[in-house]
Amino acid sequence: MAEPEVSPAAAGGGGQLRNVFGGVLCAFTLLLIGVVAFSIRLFSVIKYESVIHEFDPYFNFRVTQFLSKNGIYEFWNWFDDRTWYPLGRVIGGTVYPGLTLTAGTIWWLLNSLNIPLSVETVCVFTAPIFSANASWATYLLTKEAKGTGAGLMAAAILAMVPSYISRSVAGSYDNEAVAIFALIFTFYLYVKTLNTGSLFYATLNALSYFYMVCSWGGYTFIINLIPMHVLLCIVTGRYSSRLYIAYAPLVILGTLLAALVPVVGFNAVMTSEHFASFLVFIILHVVALVYYIKGLLTPRLFKVAMTLVISVGLAVCFAVVAILVALVASSPTKGWSGRSLSLLDPTYASKYIPIIASVSEHQPPTWPSYFMDINVLAFLIPAGIISCFLPLSDASSFMVLYLVTAVYFSGVMVRLMLVLAPAACILSGIALSEVFSVLTRSIKFQLSKFFYDSPTSPGDSSPESSTNSTKNENRNEKSETAPKEKPSKKNRKKEKEVAESVSVKPKKEKRLLVLPFELSVMGILLLIVLGGFYVVHCVWAAAEAYSAPSIVLTSRSRDGLHVFDDFREAYAWLSHNTDVDDKVASWWDYGYQTTAMANRTVIVDNNTWNNTHIATVGTAMSSPEKAAWEIFNSLDVKYVLVVFGGLVGYPSDDINKFLWMVRIGGGVFPHIKEPDYLRDGQYRVDAQATPTMLNCLMYKLCYYRFVETDGKGFDKVRGYEIGKKHFKLTHFEEVFTTHHWMVRIYKLKPQKNRVRGKLKKPKASAKTSSTLAAGQKKNPWQ
Amino acid sequence: MLPLSLRTLATRTLLLLVIASAVSCSSLPPEDGIRVVSAEKRIDLTGPIVKVFLTLKVENTPTASEASRVLLAFTPTEVQHLSIVKATRAEGKRKKKAFVPLSIEASELATTAPDAPRLYSVLLSTPLKPGDATTLEVLYMLTHSLEPFPAEISQSESQLVYYRDSAVLLSPYYVLEQVTYIKMPSNRIESFTRVDPTTRAGSEVKYGTYNNQMPNSYLPILVHYENNRPFAVVEELVRKVEISHWGNIQITEQYKLKHGGARHKGVFSRLEYQSRPSVSGASSFKNLLVRLPPRVHSVYYRDEIGNISSSHLRTDSHKSELEIEPRYPLFGGWHCTFTIGYGLPLQDFVFESVDGRRYINLTFGCPLLDTVVDDLTVKVVLPEGSKNPQPVVPFVTEKHLETSYSYLDVVGRTTVVLKKKNVVGEHNVPFQVYYEFNPIFMLAEPLMLISAVLLFFVAFIAYLHMDLSIRKSS
Repeated sequence: MAEPEVSPAAAGGGGQLRNVFGGVLCAFTLLLIGVVAFSIRLFSVIKYESVIHEFDPYFNFRVTQFLSKNGIYEFWNWFDDRTWYPLGRVIGGTVYPGLTLTAGTIWWLLNSLNIPLSVETVCVFTAPIFSANASWATYLLTKEAKGTGAGLMAAAILAMVPSYISRSVAGSYDNEAVAIFALIFTFYLYVKTLNTGSLFYATLNALSYFYMVCSWGGYTFIINLIPMHVLLCIVTGRYSSRLYIAYAPLVILGTLLAALVPVVGFNAVMTSEHFASFLVFIILHVVALVYYIKGLLTPRLFKVAMTLVISVGLAVCFAVVAILVALVASSPTKGWSGRSLSLLDPTYASKYIPIIASVSEHQPPTWPSYFMDINVLAFLIPAGIISCFLPLSDASSFMVLYLVTAVYFSGVMVRLMLVLAPAACILSGIALSEVFSVLTRSIKFQLSKFFYDSPTSPGDSSPESSTNSTKNENRNEKSETAPKEKPSKKNRKKEKEVAESVSVKPKKEKRLLVLPFELSVMGILLLIVLGGFYVVHCVWAAAEAYSAPSIVLTSRSRDGLHVFDDFREAYAWLSHNTDVDDKVASWWDYGYQTTAMANRTVIVDNNTWNNTHIATVGTAMSSPEKAAWEIFNSLDVKYVLVVFGGLVGYPSDDINKFLWMVRIGGGVFPHIKEPDYLRDGQYRVDAQATPTMLNCLMYKLCYYRFVETDGKGFDKVRGYEIGKKHFKLTHFEEVFTTHHWMVRIYKLKPQKNRVRGKLKKPKASAKTSSTLAAGQKKNPWQ
Repeated sequence: MLPLSLRTLATRTLLLLVIASAVSCSSLPPEDGIRVVSAEKRIDLTGPIVKVFLTLKVENTPTASEASRVLLAFTPTEVQHLSIVKATRAEGKRKKKAFVPLSIEASELATTAPDAPRLYSVLLSTPLKPGDATTLEVLYMLTHSLEPFPAEISQSESQLVYYRDSAVLLSPYYVLEQVTYIKMPSNRIESFTRVDPTTRAGSEVKYGTYNNQMPNSYLPILVHYENNRPFAVVEELVRKVEISHWGNIQITEQYKLKHGGARHKGVFSRLEYQSRPSVSGASSFKNLLVRLPPRVHSVYYRDEIGNISSSHLRTDSHKSELEIEPRYPLFGGWHCTFTIGYGLPLQDFVFESVDGRRYINLTFGCPLLDTVVDDLTVKVVLPEGSKNPQPVVPFVTEKHLETSYSYLDVVGRTTVVLKKKNVVGEHNVPFQVYYEFNPIFMLAEPLMLISAVLLFFVAFIAYLHMDLSIRKSS
């Protein structure tokens, strides 16, 4: 925050008072921004309840519960046998622990103060708290680039940007909630180090990077963006010792620290996501050496040395690059993880990994989603980029680079819109603040001219005083941002020249900067309207679009609010009325919720690390009843859970997700073929549907006795009558169906006793054994 | 099935009779000359709890000494399930008749043999003089005494239960004349043991009149009938009462509920449950009524995974009624857990007694209607700084003290823990906890917060006025 000491006390007592007042005002504004960021995210608590949302947050919540109950060492060694049965999962070594540790620490702190908050409450409110932190970090980052005004503007915009709200409403207890704060704060510390050249900030930067690595897999964005910026600075001739201080400690300390996180480990030096940073590290040292030698040698001698070094250096570089390429090419996934590859090649996932493609948040976004998520910022960004170039500093070039890369990534995956949001906010903040300062300055100038011009002669004093004040302001900004910055020094020189020239020909100079009075007022009004529009949109998005917890649904009808609480009904039933060690099979979407809410062992969950296992469940769901029973029985499954929306019209149910089960299952077990489930390339479950579709387990479990509800079997989601209406289940029995039929739970019937003396015909038994032998691929667990 | 069970019963009867007579020979209380002139036993089997109303007309023989107590006998199984025994004595004549409650204590007599009847003595307020007679009204309740048979039923079946008792009154005294009525909820009575004279009228079975029964006689009977009333059993209930002298009492009740009837077997079809509610799942229940004190506020109803959205609260000036639905209908053997919490105004429940101490006056039992609580724990968390807690409960409970911490506590709050097993609605009687409390303690936490904020500012001011840099800047 703008401490009064920092600003130069050139203007004397009055100016100091003004600075103190400004500092207090700034701090108060920041406080209010924090309050806005926190409270705009509470719509979900007010409209629904204080509950964990969606899928992944349930896993994080469960991990946090474990952490708070068993302590940190147990947590690192936690082998979870409740999931991926029979494989299990080493939780401590495969999660990004940042979020869990953060919430766990907050909980521990509160409880040691005897404030009895439950783990759940802490988890629900972690995201809003960190949104406030993120907006403060945005203030700091933007202040480094463009001064306090832009910082406040950017912080205010970020506090309510819908894209970020969508991931951080109260209850959305996901990695991104803290990761965005860590991302912005790391960038701030990088820019701060770049501006000051202080090793203190460089160390903090490495620690902040460590926190980011702990929190989110998106840390690779940082470790690639910062090298890119360093490279950009070197190429554009902006190398300085500050750049070296900002980058070299980050790579060394950051990589060492990152390797401490179990989930990253040696990946920090072995995967190609991190290679760019090492390459740039080498280049930076070469450049530093060159600059050092340049200082030692005479220009002529330097030229000779340069040619020598460049020829040798290029050869070495080529060799290193060749080795790297060979290393990368020799590894099966080319050294890149699937998700990262799909970032570079947007078509990669849909081609090779149906699991990644099946997740809706991994799809490329549509244009309306840009308008929905960043709204008017999309129009302000170009102006922000322009003002970043006048003048271009290290910090502002970083902003531009951040924005450009973020735009690219957001175009690949909807989910990464989240990374774009801070960049968009910062640049829009800069743009708005520049426009406001131009407009208000011209109003001020026009007003002063109006007051002083009209009564008497055009005295020199009035314009001079006004230019003085603007000059002071400029200097304030500059001195706050970068006291040691080269370009700013240049600017200051320029300013002095300007100031000298101002006294000679003030009017001409001002006319270039000043807009007419009416136009400025109009402009300000229009900007306020634009801002108002943005705020209204954000509040609407927070209240209506992004606050639904998705485990409890509501619908508003004429006779009031109707609540669909079927998911929790089913999970509560499972948790209280089945045996503790029973295994529940469902599609992987419901894995995290089942383990967290029902505390039952699941076969697959949202972690999706084992494609074969998921494919097995997909195959079972798309097989006929008997084959499915065999697969499930071999997996020790006792209950099968399906989500069915046909009765109340809940569209994201298992029938709509079914094609992905077929695709993922078919990817591993080739006897499941997608065309068998499609009629003329169309997916349907009405009378036109294929017999394979109408006989698969998923169809039967969803529509069992459905026809008896209305006599016709009209599916409200698909909008037609179902194909096969009357059928019986032979290997499964219905044990629970929720109030609105949204979750149906079936139990595998036990194997029939063999009746003595009434053995099956030898022919039939031979047949079954042969099918078993042939169908070995069908069931990998036999 | 029936003849077999009857035969086993007959043998059991014989055995019991033998034992009973053996006991009567060996260890009967000293003869005080009391005998039961007439006894009427009304057994109410309509609900999940067995209620027995006993009207005893006792007289003291002219030759004996004064009798200060009357003994009641129960079988060992009955004692296990016995939740409450109450006795009143009718005093005065005709119009001025008043019922005086009498105290009851478990008698140590005659508990030597494992199968011997356990005795409870009703202490008479005024001793019964030789030759006098008096009328006692006794009420006792038995929980878990209805055994579902068949033990597992499917969704479409209704629940049948067994009830076992004796046709004649089990009593250590000589009974001159006795009759037993058994009331059942519906006309569907599968079978009942005949011990002539036995008559059935609708949903009621009458045993008797039997004359001149010897002490400790026992004639086992078995009634098999339909009972579809909700068998809601709270396996564990923890009621936590937190008193804040700033004006609020916060009560949190954690329930572990179970359907204690015949176990559900096989399929649960939502379709049938919704389309044929009368036949399908007749013994299941889906809502419960909680009776709360008036002026209750901030009521919540949730479980460990969040709010349960199906509840209604009705309040008026005399009582509040909260109708709750568990997340799913409860069939036999199904469990669920939930938490109910509410706030109450302090001035309605905390008072100052004449000696300067304060006391809280609350109802003891479970606010759910018609339920059995197997294990009830009441924790009264007194405000921080209160001393000498003293609970006053009208019946025997297990008591101890503990310390709990919440909301920035430093020394902790004294907590009075009362435990009781086998609690029914009759236990919903007021109880008091007396404690000493100095109102100055109310200010402890606000003062602590104020000083913390003050310290923070002082530290900040100090930081701003100190130069911590290593190199002096010129």
